[in-house]
Amino acid sequence: MSTVLQNLVNQPYKHGFVTAIESDVAPKGLNEDTIRLISIKKSEPPWLLEFRLEAYRHWLGMDEPKWPNVHYPKIDFQAISYYSAPKAKPKLSSMDEVDPELLRTFEKLGVPMNERAALAGVAVDVIFDSVSVATTYKEKLAEVGIIFCSITEAVHKHPELVRKYLGTVVPPGDNYYAALNSAVFTDGSFCFIPRGVKCPMDLSTYFRINTQDSGQFERTLIVAEEDASVSYLEGCTAPKFDTNQLHAAVVELVALDRADIKYSTVQNWYAGDEKGIGGIYNFVTKRGLCKGADSRISWTQVETGSAITWKYPSCVLLGDNSIGEFYSVALTNNYQQADTGTKMIHIGKNTRSTIVSKGISAGHSNNSYRGLVKIGAKADGARNYSQCDSMLIGGSCGANTFPYIQVNNSSAVVEHEASTSKIGEDQLFYFAQRGVGAEEAVSMIINGFCKTVFQQLPMEFAVEATKLLGLKLEGSVG
Amino acid sequence: MIQQNGKALLEVRGLCATVNGVDILNGMDLTVSSGEVHALMGPNGSGKSTFAKVLAGHPAYVVTGGTVVYEGRNLLELKPEERARAGIFLGFQYPVEIPGVANSQFLRLAYNTIAVQRGNEELDPLEFDDLVRDKMKLLEMNPDFLDRSVNEGFSGGEKKRNEILQMALLEPHLAILDETDSGLDIDALRVVAGGINQLGTKDNAIVLVTHYQRLLNYIVPDYVHVMDAGRIVKTGGRELALELEARGYDWIGAERGAAAEATA
Repeated sequence: MSTVLQNLVNQPYKHGFVTAIESDVAPKGLNEDTIRLISIKKSEPPWLLEFRLEAYRHWLGMDEPKWPNVHYPKIDFQAISYYSAPKAKPKLSSMDEVDPELLRTFEKLGVPMNERAALAGVAVDVIFDSVSVATTYKEKLAEVGIIFCSITEAVHKHPELVRKYLGTVVPPGDNYYAALNSAVFTDGSFCFIPRGVKCPMDLSTYFRINTQDSGQFERTLIVAEEDASVSYLEGCTAPKFDTNQLHAAVVELVALDRADIKYSTVQNWYAGDEKGIGGIYNFVTKRGLCKGADSRISWTQVETGSAITWKYPSCVLLGDNSIGEFYSVALTNNYQQADTGTKMIHIGKNTRSTIVSKGISAGHSNNSYRGLVKIGAKADGARNYSQCDSMLIGGSCGANTFPYIQVNNSSAVVEHEASTSKIGEDQLFYFAQRGVGAEEAVSMIINGFCKTVFQQLPMEFAVEATKLLGLKLEGSVG
Repeated sequence: MIQQNGKALLEVRGLCATVNGVDILNGMDLTVSSGEVHALMGPNGSGKSTFAKVLAGHPAYVVTGGTVVYEGRNLLELKPEERARAGIFLGFQYPVEIPGVANSQFLRLAYNTIAVQRGNEELDPLEFDDLVRDKMKLLEMNPDFLDRSVNEGFSGGEKKRNEILQMALLEPHLAILDETDSGLDIDALRVVAGGINQLGTKDNAIVLVTHYQRLLNYIVPDYVHVMDAGRIVKTGGRELALELEARGYDWIGAERGAAAEATA
């Protein structure tokens, strides 16, 4: 069985190619001058430069977190280039003006743009390295007052909104990687849904790391005003490189009274080769603030890539009756390491949270769920339900669950369930005896295992998630 | 229903097999022709279930000697899924639970895999639903089975019905039913046996692995074989099963001992 499974799980990364585009790369190294250079390159207002410098000064006094269950050589932050932008023509009035090489790259990745985007009903704000290249549907969204653009553009066109919310959920000195991101972020997405508006379509951003040795520091800010709602999709792929690439993104969500934000991620970055060489280091801070009463923030993630994943999409449930949700599938293979989970911070009364985590480990990988459920003293009637399931494929991988529960209010109800299962020889033989090969059998078992999470994804994204998962474990997913 | 002496479907000669280094089969011989029903009986540990699993290609069992020819091909060269696609069906003694996978999904995948192999059209979920509901009537099964995870939380009897449902869908050439009768109450036994009887044709064959004669009241075998220590030690007609029921297995050993003495 082990040989069959090894063959299945060792399929080469299908998105491994490098696009030959001239990049405008800043010299390597990090100091205040680098930060000033980024700010100048991006023609930023003084307050933003101050925000960056404050974060940088915090960062200087901080240490890399040592508590995650991941191991990697020390990162040389001076060996990283903190700014890289495609040498694009400054103002593009149509898709014809986009670098054809870039379009071919998106083609290979299957990114739905222009007509394809229109057919799929998806507005795509494409991030290529650090600068937004094309944004579709912007005008249509603008009709209902929705702002969906790069954060750079938002800084110029809507500085008051960015300034009002940036850093309010993840402060500049929040943690080591968030501070680094706040100091050097180059681009990302900004989304603003005004009061009472239900966003008429799923908003989608595809990330792609392209320049070798260039760190990626996206910054995403999504604000839903009172009674607004939005579903946001983030998908990632990256080309194959031999040196590790650092990625430290920050995503902030703000939901006001009765607002609803659904944030879905499918992530398939290069995870290193079968010996564990290369691959992306993904140190991400994602946090949502249910600021208003009756608001809801829901995170759904399908993590299949990265050499190392360090990521805890969290909800701060400040408003009374607010709801936080976290649905996660994390798949690790070969020598991948994942330490991922969530934090649900209950502050308001009658706040509710749901955590469903599905970890799949194959090869020599290590997959840890780490989650905090914290019930504050004033969170009367708070409730949490957590379910953490692990599935092991083969005998050389590991799965861990680290649940942290802190309850400071006796009226709270907190439930935690966990299970571990293994794809066994007998299951595969049962499939085989009905004519079904190991590849399809594994795919069907995995999809069954992940079903409760996949059901949370928007339809077209669920299909893509199934495909990406398939890509990591076998060829065809039914 | 049974037409004797069809073409040879399966020819087992001198088959030896081990599991975890222990010899279980020691020179098994058996010929099964199309249209026949064989009953394989014998005490616990005599190798009946091992024989069934070896024919299906279970990876834990290592064939150490002998030959198996199935429909003119060397069966031992085929992978388990290839054997299944070639028409070999094993009704499991302990059907495996597959949490999270809907029975309907599993059944359709199996059906379509075999259908493609036979050059037939794959069925979409709606077409398949019609087919499977039809087959379920045969076994008096509740359609709720389709929405539940494969065998998860099924009672012993429900699991066995689900096995025979798969047999009905996949229409095997050679069905080996490993203790399909165990865990069935008398009503369920009648239904399941009735289903199996309807699935027997002149072109296929059934090998029933069983401890008890009672199944053979419903499914009448053409041959009854008694296994001991990894090989067939006695073969007879239906009356042999009745004799076993009355006398147990010990007399066969005594009879063989006497026979050996007589020829010495």
